[in-house]
Amino acid sequence: MVINSLLSVFISHCIDSNYYSNSLRLVIFRSEMVFTLSDQHHLLSKIATNDGHGENSPYFDGWKAYDSDPFHATKNSNGVIQMGLAENQLCFNFVQEWIKRNPKASICTVDGVTQFKDIAIFQDYHGLPEFRNAVANFMGRVRGGRVTFDPDRIVMSGGATGAHESITFCLADPGEAFLVPTPYYPGFDRDLRWRTGVQLLPVVCESSNNFKITEAALEAAYEKAQEAKIKVKGLLITNPSNPLGTILDRETLRSIVNFINQKNIHLVCDEIYAATVFTQPKFISISEIIEEDIECNRNLIHIVYSLSKDMGFPGFRVGIIYSYNNAVVNCCRKMSSFGLVSTQTQHLIASMLSDQEFVESFIAESAKRLAMRHRIFTRGLSQVDISCLKSNAGLFVWMDLRRLLKDSTVKAEMALWRMIIKDVKLNVSPGSSFHCSEPGWFRVCFANMDDDTMEVALRRIQTFVLKGKEADLEVKRQRWRNDILRLSLKPLRYDEMTMTPRSMMSPHSPIPHSPLVRART
Amino acid sequence: MKLLSRKATCNSHGQDSSYFLGWQEYEKNPFHEVRNPAGIIQMGLAENQLSFDILESWLANNPDAAGFKRDGESIFRELALFQDYNGLPSFKNALVEFMAEIRGNKVRFDPNNLVLTAGATSANETLMFCLADPGEAFLLPTPYYPGFDRDLKWRTGVEIVPIHCSSSNGFQITGSALEEAYQQAQKRNLKVKGVLITNPSNPLGTTMSRDELNLLISFVAAKDIHLISDEIYSGTVFDSPSYISITEALMDRNLELTNVWDHVHIVYSLSKDLGLPGFRVGAIYSNNATVVAAATKMSSFGLVSSQTQYLLSVMLSDKKFTSNYITENQKRLKKRCDMLVSGLKNAGIGCLKSNAGLFCWVDMRHLLISKTFEAEMELWKKVLYEVGLNISPGSSCHCTEPGWFRVCFANMSEDTLNLSMQRIKSFVQSITTDGDSRNRRQTVRNSRRRSLTKWVFRLSSYDHEPER
Repeated sequence: MVINSLLSVFISHCIDSNYYSNSLRLVIFRSEMVFTLSDQHHLLSKIATNDGHGENSPYFDGWKAYDSDPFHATKNSNGVIQMGLAENQLCFNFVQEWIKRNPKASICTVDGVTQFKDIAIFQDYHGLPEFRNAVANFMGRVRGGRVTFDPDRIVMSGGATGAHESITFCLADPGEAFLVPTPYYPGFDRDLRWRTGVQLLPVVCESSNNFKITEAALEAAYEKAQEAKIKVKGLLITNPSNPLGTILDRETLRSIVNFINQKNIHLVCDEIYAATVFTQPKFISISEIIEEDIECNRNLIHIVYSLSKDMGFPGFRVGIIYSYNNAVVNCCRKMSSFGLVSTQTQHLIASMLSDQEFVESFIAESAKRLAMRHRIFTRGLSQVDISCLKSNAGLFVWMDLRRLLKDSTVKAEMALWRMIIKDVKLNVSPGSSFHCSEPGWFRVCFANMDDDTMEVALRRIQTFVLKGKEADLEVKRQRWRNDILRLSLKPLRYDEMTMTPRSMMSPHSPIPHSPLVRART
Repeated sequence: MKLLSRKATCNSHGQDSSYFLGWQEYEKNPFHEVRNPAGIIQMGLAENQLSFDILESWLANNPDAAGFKRDGESIFRELALFQDYNGLPSFKNALVEFMAEIRGNKVRFDPNNLVLTAGATSANETLMFCLADPGEAFLLPTPYYPGFDRDLKWRTGVEIVPIHCSSSNGFQITGSALEEAYQQAQKRNLKVKGVLITNPSNPLGTTMSRDELNLLISFVAAKDIHLISDEIYSGTVFDSPSYISITEALMDRNLELTNVWDHVHIVYSLSKDLGLPGFRVGAIYSNNATVVAAATKMSSFGLVSSQTQYLLSVMLSDKKFTSNYITENQKRLKKRCDMLVSGLKNAGIGCLKSNAGLFCWVDMRHLLISKTFEAEMELWKKVLYEVGLNISPGSSCHCTEPGWFRVCFANMSEDTLNLSMQRIKSFVQSITTDGDSRNRRQTVRNSRRRSLTKWVFRLSSYDHEPER
């Protein structure tokens, strides 16, 4: 009995660990090990054995479904289309042209190899000066030149993921908390909490006012923390917003600045989608607000940035912390030892982003392509009466499917989501994984595929919705017939009719791949 | 209200240690053969600059590799998008094969057990997060790499309890030292989760004997704790005795199917062996599936740039390159070490006999005014400011005996090394003709006594009487 239960715990843990096949072999050959299983867990840290990595969230389940059945235009045209990954793939040809024209940027080509040694040795956590200069310059250009950034405040990190964790380590002790407006990027649960021991408390935003961050919501969240005797150290906002795709207006930003100053807490602004603003209104960065006529303790203001979204380079792991607080710059810089940017990459980025002409044309072209994609997608959705939150930024739309829910519950949202994955074959992200307070919203990414795949995705959605309408109509007709004939047929429910008899996907899939997408040649 | 975290305001980052201060002084006044010939020579940085020409010629012959091309086709987009924390398969395959090759192919590694991290710095921190809770402890033999204080303790809240090693037996780890350290931890109410060794050792430059390895394996097995073997210098073994890695030691005892196999974890990096610290390529290797799974997820906080993974996957898959590089690099390291050792000998200074690493563990005890760490600091400052050499004082490596210094030899040209030897010689001559001749004589007499334990030291110039 004991052996069986230990075995099953072991196996399920291996499934969680995504090392299914290897671990099974271990079980077969080392049955005596099973007795020490509880010791094993006891021998590891709490962090290693808890769920803080967040990978058991449904956000990642969709990815797993995609991984096991990925769409391919010719090889697997019935596969799952990935619409859960906020990647920017629209401008690669643009970048590739630049790479071809600038062989020196790669230190390992014939033209660049003379610099190889110096770059390969350089491990100073200040980063290559030309890299910092180029990034500061790029950040300024993305904000239309309305503000400039000091290269000496540019601190590297292992992507924005590393940046968020580092700045949290720097600003808060275990048990303390950050406020985060909902809905928010699911990765924050891991990045801000897992190894830091810091808590995240929601600032609830609602569709009734387009998810605006209100003073009332901020105050309410703060009060709640006080009552629970949790010390709030800061507020984290993402602007432009993931998953909403909207930008904060000046009034909201100013009220946020007032709020954090009044409470004397930090403000961390994740601006990693800054260059994805593709139409009016213009993006307003926190860096602009603090230059305006407003009372603000600059020691409270910190920006997280990355090239993963704006440039589409998630693989290069270029994360940036920019703080107006010298002590934070110093601390984060020391912590950057745990996630420096490869100097090979620093060198490439430095070359690329100091090319002013390239930077200006990239920013403009990227916005243009995103705008077009957004237009096509939202138009296609509106043709079947699906609306999205009005947005002008990001790599996704915040789609409103509330009317397709059986009832306004998370359970119904999950049921709809599973149907979308299994039957419509689209991986979209359910609002609940973003901690949205209202069920029925879905984040759908549109910039990580080519035009044709976008068309396929739209068609599938349209078909699904129309089928649903047909089904609705059929239900109405049937009911009418029932009433007329007074037959005691059980009314058919929408979800029962359209759900396949296949079992629902379990939260843990024995798929030996990470939820992160593999590149495809 | 306190605005920043405790981590931000404490100094567990260790950067106030002399190890880093010397670095800072060097930055202010760096030696340059032409532009600043009187500047400070950096001998405190364990870098391998001896074999770049081999890397550069490979790059010249393989332009596709970092021009974002594969078979002439651009794979820029694929690399730019690749953020899978499982790592580029071709890179991991090449890396485990490289690791095996360094170990004379006496062992084999499974790429599925390898986790890529942003340098060994990140690997060590990640392992702490996986294996220990805040307030728990790892035992480390002294002297050890100063960076461990930051990497293992700072953000993790884990404690380090030293295993004291002494010069009386060449700083080897003994059973009693292990037990004593364990007891110390108990006394301090610290739960010991494991032992971390660096093999080959930094700062000693020695490889562990089979006896030491067996002792450690038995110890961790008996206590049911982890063993981390930081093997980042494994490719720098340039002399006998030949390198025995922890994996080999375990296999030789047929321990593959036992508990201890799951409790041994290896840290690796390309910063020392390939001389590429800027590229931030680190790795954790473990047979423990849970550790691999947890560490893989944690690697999100410090992944290796896909651009770099790709370049190195091509480079390390070139077996002709790797075998040539490993051999040639070791040859050059030996030559350099010999240069340093004989140069120091000329100045009447001995070193611990070493067969690996990018540095020597130098015995300057006879140059101390008194057998104290204050005297060691005084000497260190003199060497830094008057002699113009940044070397690392043993105290920064937590050595229990004052007077030892780590001196690097692989991060400069031969001429610069020779110059540094000249400077040291002049310095030693100057202090032996100095005022405190009485103290000098006492120190010399003491060191003569010590030199009788000859199997460790290569002192040879203390046969003459100090000048009056």
